Order: sequence, then C-alpha cells, then structure tokens
Amino acid sequence: MRKVKELLIEKLLFASASITIIVTIGIICVLSIEAFQFFSEVSIVEFLTDTQWTPLFTDKHFGILPLLSGTVLTSFIAIMVALPIGLSISIYLSEYAPKGFRKTVKPLLELLAAVPTVVYGFFALIVVTPFLQIIWPNLSGFNSLSAGIVMGIMIIPYVSSLSEDALQAVPNSLREASFGMGATRLQSAFKVIVPSASSGIIVSIILAISRAIGETMIVAIAAGQQPRLTLDPTVPIETITAYIVQVSLGDVEHGSIEYRTIFAAGITLFVFTFLLNTLSYRIRKKYQAKYE
Amino acid sequence: MKKIAFILISAFVISACGDKKEKKDSTNDNGLTGTIRVDGSSTVFPITEAVAEEFRAVAPKVKVTIGVSGTGGGFKKFSRGETNLSNASRPIKEKEKKACVDNNINYLELEVAYDGLAVLVNPANDWVDSFTVEELKKIWEPAAQGKIMKWNQIRSEWPNEEIHLFGPGVASGTYDYFTKAIVGKSGSSRGDFTASEDDHVLVQGIAGDKFSLGFFGLAYYAENKDKLTLIGVHNGEKVVKPTLETVSNGTYSPLSRPLFLYVNSTSVASQEVVEFVNFYIDNAGILATDVGYIPLPAENYATQKNNFKTFVENNR
Repeated sequence: MRKVKELLIEKLLFASASITIIVTIGIICVLSIEAFQFFSEVSIVEFLTDTQWTPLFTDKHFGILPLLSGTVLTSFIAIMVALPIGLSISIYLSEYAPKGFRKTVKPLLELLAAVPTVVYGFFALIVVTPFLQIIWPNLSGFNSLSAGIVMGIMIIPYVSSLSEDALQAVPNSLREASFGMGATRLQSAFKVIVPSASSGIIVSIILAISRAIGETMIVAIAAGQQPRLTLDPTVPIETITAYIVQVSLGDVEHGSIEYRTIFAAGITLFVFTFLLNTLSYRIRKKYQAKYE
Repeated sequence: MKKIAFILISAFVISACGDKKEKKDSTNDNGLTGTIRVDGSSTVFPITEAVAEEFRAVAPKVKVTIGVSGTGGGFKKFSRGETNLSNASRPIKEKEKKACVDNNINYLELEVAYDGLAVLVNPANDWVDSFTVEELKKIWEPAAQGKIMKWNQIRSEWPNEEIHLFGPGVASGTYDYFTKAIVGKSGSSRGDFTASEDDHVLVQGIAGDKFSLGFFGLAYYAENKDKLTLIGVHNGEKVVKPTLETVSNGTYSPLSRPLFLYVNSTSVASQEVVEFVNFYIDNAGILATDVGYIPLPAENYATQKNNFKTFVENNR
C-alpha cells in the first residue's frame, strides 16, 4: 500500500513537472512553425535590415529594427533608473540597515513588483508624462521616456531584492577580515562585498532586463503605437510587445502574412529573453561554485 | 468621472480581456430579459451606449454588451453570428457580405445618424488654420511614408518640426472612410503613424503633443473640445468646419458620412432585440445630438422604422 502511494506521488510530481516543459515546447513549436511560414514569404535579411515596419498598411515593410529599437530604448531607460536605485537600496539594506528594519522594508519593496502593470501604464501616461512636459514642453504625449522611467520603478525590486540576497550570501569572514584591516563600512561595502557578490548582482540585472524587455502593458499604454527607428526618448515609439497587442486586438485575418508578423515578432522577443536567461543561469552556476 | 470612464474603457480595450461595457440591472421591470450583444465601430459606440443607457429605464433586466472592435472587427463577429447587432461607420463590404451569406446570416442595414470626420491639432499649434484635401492627401498617402516628416514640407511657412500623426487603426471604419475620401482608395495610407482603434488613445496623443495632427469621428471632438483644436477643410469652394449644419447639408465635404446599425435576422425572434432596435430608431436622433453627431431628417427615421417592421415580420 505504502509503495503504491509513494509511486502515485512520484508519478504526480513527475506529471506536474512535465506539464511546464510540454507547455514550453508547445509554445516554441507554435512560434517556430508560424515564424517559419512568415520567413518563407519575407526574407530574413529584409526582416533584420529594413528600417520600416508597416505590415498592416499599403506600402508593406517588414523590418523588425524599429520595434527592436523601441524595446531596447525603453528597457535601457528602465535599467538606467532601476540599477542605481536598486543597487543603493540593496547595499543599504544588507550592509547598513538594522536587521529588524530590513525585515520590514524588503517585503514592502517587493510590493512594487506586485502592482498590476496596467496601473503603472496609466501612472506613466497621466502622471509622469504631464510632469515631464513641465520640464520639457516638446515631449510627446506618448514617449519612451516616461514609460521607461516607470518601468524602471517597477523592476527596482528585481534588482534590489536579488542583489541583496547576493550581498547577504557573501561570507561574514570577508566582512570581518575587511574590518580587521581597518577598512570603513563604506570601503568594505564597495571594495570587498560588492565585488565578491558581483556575479549575483549581474544576474539580478540581467533578470531585470529580461523582465523589462517582455513588459507589455506599460509600453502599450504610455509609449505610443508608432514603430519608429530612433533613440530619441521624447517621441512615440512601439515595442515588440506593444505591436503584438495591437495586432491581436485588431481584425487581422488568421493565416495571413499580417497575422504571421505576430509570431515573427514573438520569436525575436523569445530569442532575446532566452539568451538573457541562459546567460544569467550560467553566471549563477559559476557564482554558486565560488563559496561552496 | 469622465477621466475614470476613460481609464476604464481604455484599460479594457488594451487588455483585451473584456472590451465590453455591461449594463447592469435595476429594479423596475417590464418583463423583458436576456442579453443583447453589440460590437463594431468605436465611432457608433457613443450612440449605442447612450441608447443602451436609456433603454435600461424601459427594460432593466435586459443586458446590453457593447464592444469596440472597429467596424471590420465587428462585422467579423457579426458574420459568425456571435453578435445580434453590429455598429458600423461604413456600409458592409462585399467580402463581409459573402461571409454573412456563407454562414446563413441575413441582416438589415439601418442608418442611424451622420458623422463628420474631424481633423485635429494640438491647441498649442498656432500655424495651421485650414487644410485642403490635396494637403491631407500629401500627408496621408502611402507615398508619404518615411518622406513627409515635417510640417514645412506641407506649407513652407509652417515650422521645421517633425509632424506626429495619429489616426484610427486599419480595423476601423473611420480609417476606411478617411482613406477613401482623402487618398482615393479605401484602406490605402502610410503606415508610420500612431494607429489605434481606441479614439481615446488618439485624443490623449494629440492633446499631449504640440506637433501632432490626427483625425477621428466628430463626437470624440465634442467630448474633448478643451484639449483639441478643430481644423476646417477646404471643400473646393471654401474652408468649412464640421458642425451640425455643414455635415447634414453636405457642405463639409468630403469628410461627412452616414453611420449604420446592422441587425441579424435570427436575433429579431427575440422580443428584447426588437424592442431595443425600435427604441434605438425612436431615440437615435436626440441621443446622437447629445453625443455630438448629427441626426437624420425625421422622415428618414420613419422609413427606417418601417423597414425594420417588415424585416421583423419576414423573419418571424
């Protein structure tokens, strides 16, 4: 009886583990098949080099670069916001703050990640953009700057929380040795602890970037819906994710080339986040070996 | 209140998980129950929404859900029999007719009001006073894509600043109508502009950008007069701005058009749909004016009502 029970539990656990894998494989298959059909009609060279993206209109162009530049631009702004703030928070919490304070503040910070992204999107559109327009009157109503800033706020907890874990994981002996050599708190934090935890910090940044690249709601609401190859943060742009939303909502015919652009855009996005996640996995593995 | 409504509507449309406005029940009763499903043009939406709101006083237990997938998106659902009524800002296309025939769906077309397409700029724009059809064509035609990027390319005395364009998306009847009237071919335009089926997104975009230019149905201008500047269009003789008078007498040319409601023949077996459509025709004139459109002449509404009566009898 007991054996049967054990076996049953084992099988159940295996089944639940394989569901995630099967779903992932299924998604990759659907993406690849549709994208393959797309690339049989549009050459991959055109896809990667054309500077215009207008598949829904009369003069059709299938260059992913405008969407890619939009994605990269908003993610870059987000990281520029999240990195300094998140890192400072993590160093403060790990090296300076009293233990009790850390225990209350960390979950509170993580709440930032729990706010629905559609709320962030409207926050960007109706609070941040008008505020930035006071400083910068020529700023468009839709722009990558405010979307990027708000996205940066959203991913702060990814950076701060994971970096803090990494800083905490640095063995106390290093801290003590540093203090023993007469180093101040600041010196040991930045010259000893942060470099030792650097791989963990890098992993947190990469995960934050991959979160920013995949973010949809904020950019769909606040950054505009106009594919444009530019690095100017003040004008409307469109990201890969926002394009997918736009097309899925419209009345594009299933099986048409317009419909398949979703999958071509989707697989580009997938390749990016996949590479970033693999990279972070590699770094994490290296880092785990270091102090064990 | 307006702001909250705006947030809700936009959030629903963008999130794709509930682009319906649901009308809840209240207490008094005339025995009618059921759900009426409407989808289609965002331009006709304000009229249908107003009618649905008034209808609630007559039949509180009837639920009316109204989507805004655009005229094309609406016809797609209509031709699959998923909706009872379809809002449309242009007549049904041959392709869509065929889809209806293929699925054994008969329908009746009802004209409900007139609309003018408004051409709009930001209130901080002090250089534009009017457009000619040729200038609009030069801005919006496919050949302009990636080429006509600055205001001074249209008239040399206008500023050397980038022009930011906003317009309805390709699923929208407004887009089809505008491209037909201005470019000459329905569905033919440049692709590098901010395109959205949700007119509130366009209002927000134009209102927040000094160098913007956009177009959409007149009703959304009426709701946002304080945030946008309406630009007159030269009709060949003089510059005309869309108003109640110029749209209904046809001088606001070529950007005025009729709006439609399509009724599915199987739906008229349900009494609540019949009541709703009759109520719609009776009240469309007044409610269309309320939300910023132009009513048809009274005798046209009478004709529509007769047509509908015959249609109901034939499909019982």
